[in-house]
Amino acid sequence: MADIASTDAPAAALAIGEVDDSTARLHRNLMIGIAIALVIAPFVAYPVFVMKVLCFALFALAFNLLLGYGGLLSFGHAAYFGMASYVSAYTAKHWGLTPELAILAGTGIAALLGLAFGALAIRRQGIYFAMITLALAQMAFFFSLQTPRFTGGEDGIQAVPRGKLLGLFSLADDRALYWLVAAVFMGGLLLIYRVIHSPFGQVCKAIRDNEPRAISLGYRASQYKLAVFVLSAGIAGLAGATKAIVFQLASLTDVHWSMSGEVVLMTLVGGLGTVFGPIVGAIVIVSMQNFLATLGAWVTVVQGVVFVICVLLFREGIVGMIAKWIKKPL
Amino acid sequence: MSEDIILSTSGLTKEFAGFTAVNGVDLKVRRGSIHALIGPNGAGKTTCFNLLTKFLPLTRGQIVYNGRDISREKPAEIARLGLVRSFQISAVFPQLSVKTNVRVALQRKRGDSFDFWRSEKVLSPLDAEALRLVDAVGLSAFADLPAGELSYGRKRALEIATTLALEPEMLLLDEPMAGMGREDIERIEALIRKVSKDRTILMVEHNLSVVASLCDRITVLARGQVLAEGDYAAVSKDPRVIEAYIGSGVGHGH
Repeated sequence: MADIASTDAPAAALAIGEVDDSTARLHRNLMIGIAIALVIAPFVAYPVFVMKVLCFALFALAFNLLLGYGGLLSFGHAAYFGMASYVSAYTAKHWGLTPELAILAGTGIAALLGLAFGALAIRRQGIYFAMITLALAQMAFFFSLQTPRFTGGEDGIQAVPRGKLLGLFSLADDRALYWLVAAVFMGGLLLIYRVIHSPFGQVCKAIRDNEPRAISLGYRASQYKLAVFVLSAGIAGLAGATKAIVFQLASLTDVHWSMSGEVVLMTLVGGLGTVFGPIVGAIVIVSMQNFLATLGAWVTVVQGVVFVICVLLFREGIVGMIAKWIKKPL
Repeated sequence: MSEDIILSTSGLTKEFAGFTAVNGVDLKVRRGSIHALIGPNGAGKTTCFNLLTKFLPLTRGQIVYNGRDISREKPAEIARLGLVRSFQISAVFPQLSVKTNVRVALQRKRGDSFDFWRSEKVLSPLDAEALRLVDAVGLSAFADLPAGELSYGRKRALEIATTLALEPEMLLLDEPMAGMGREDIERIEALIRKVSKDRTILMVEHNLSVVASLCDRITVLARGQVLAEGDYAAVSKDPRVIEAYIGSGVGHGH
């Protein structure tokens, strides 16, 4: 028995979501590294670009919380991202809310929407779950298209004021706004990390791995699935609401199904079910869109090729591959 | 002689579209016994089992557990009442470590775990108990291994450890020996005997030699109905039982 145990031992480090002391240390160091990178980034890169990456990274992190740790593939996450972006833009522009309140309003609405949509979707599993989330998100898109008084229709809500944080500090300057966005991102990342490594996260991972078994242990699986759905929708909303303030714009692009597809792509390229993968995925995809923008419509083709290569050659994603290589969960 | 019945059914019936899988089954399981549910293929054993564990809704009839009607309860609720099932295909959480598999069950003692804002360090006090249970089924060497990498027999052992973590009053085992080699069978058999000390066990099992050595009472099902009931000696001599097994062309390990 001992020999079997020792030959199997290295693989043990690969158990997703299992954190021993050395892994916990590695994760803490990575978090510190990310914080430092956030401080340096606006001085070496264009702040608006970095803010865009951060918003999408947070969006992808929220999606990955649901799929990677809850085992639920939502194909309609644009609904939460986009509706939060509308609410944040609308309340900032027409009600004159300060940016932090506008962002909170957007996040809250996204969580509520997640509660309503999630309650319907979790009644089905697998591909049917994905289809229900997609259908509901299409309804959110249709609603946005048909209510120009609220959403501005095809024009979207433009010229959203960045306003003053807490009514005191002007965010008109990109650098000033950047610190808010960096704080929102870091807060979201730490929250998600905590959720994954909480008693709640433990049950979610069990349900992801084997739902009937979790039920037979007395866990009311659907309540856990709904809770993780709402958390994910809320954090996706936080990302969308923040994005509206950054670009001073909320538009149909944010609720469009292709946005739901993009977040799937980011998560898969970065590494599904890894803590840090979605961040890397967002950096890759957003950079591609920015630096290949001259290619026009061909960007989509390049994205498609990247996706195919990713699925064929490294299904664990970039971070997933690194994790396999260093034999530690990331 | 008053019998202490922990689980009983009356008129238990399950109809699928145009087909009655379980037809008016009356079952009484005595507290503290090891009770087997056997029968040829297609007899309705697994359907019956899924009805008892509430994984299938019943068409008609009643299930009473500890004096309480559980006919309409949800599966998670009966687990909370102390009636815990196993699965035919081994049921572990493959990506979680062996220790964590057991700890997830121990975690149930906290009630619901919706506290997503707390660190999982609050679960560390459960580690010692989890390791004790892992050790009790002979898996200490694999405690940190992802459960998905265990051999089939060891997964079954882990499943039993996980189930025991709930301290259930009654265990429902769905073909615990299915697909096992002889060595594994002996180990699991010993394990079941050990855990049956202060519990009631109802099991569906194909392997008749296991049933003969382990079970106090046997109910034979055929075509969704109870054919015979009694101890192994009585049941195995019953001409209707012999007829049912030979008639269906699937003799099992006599």
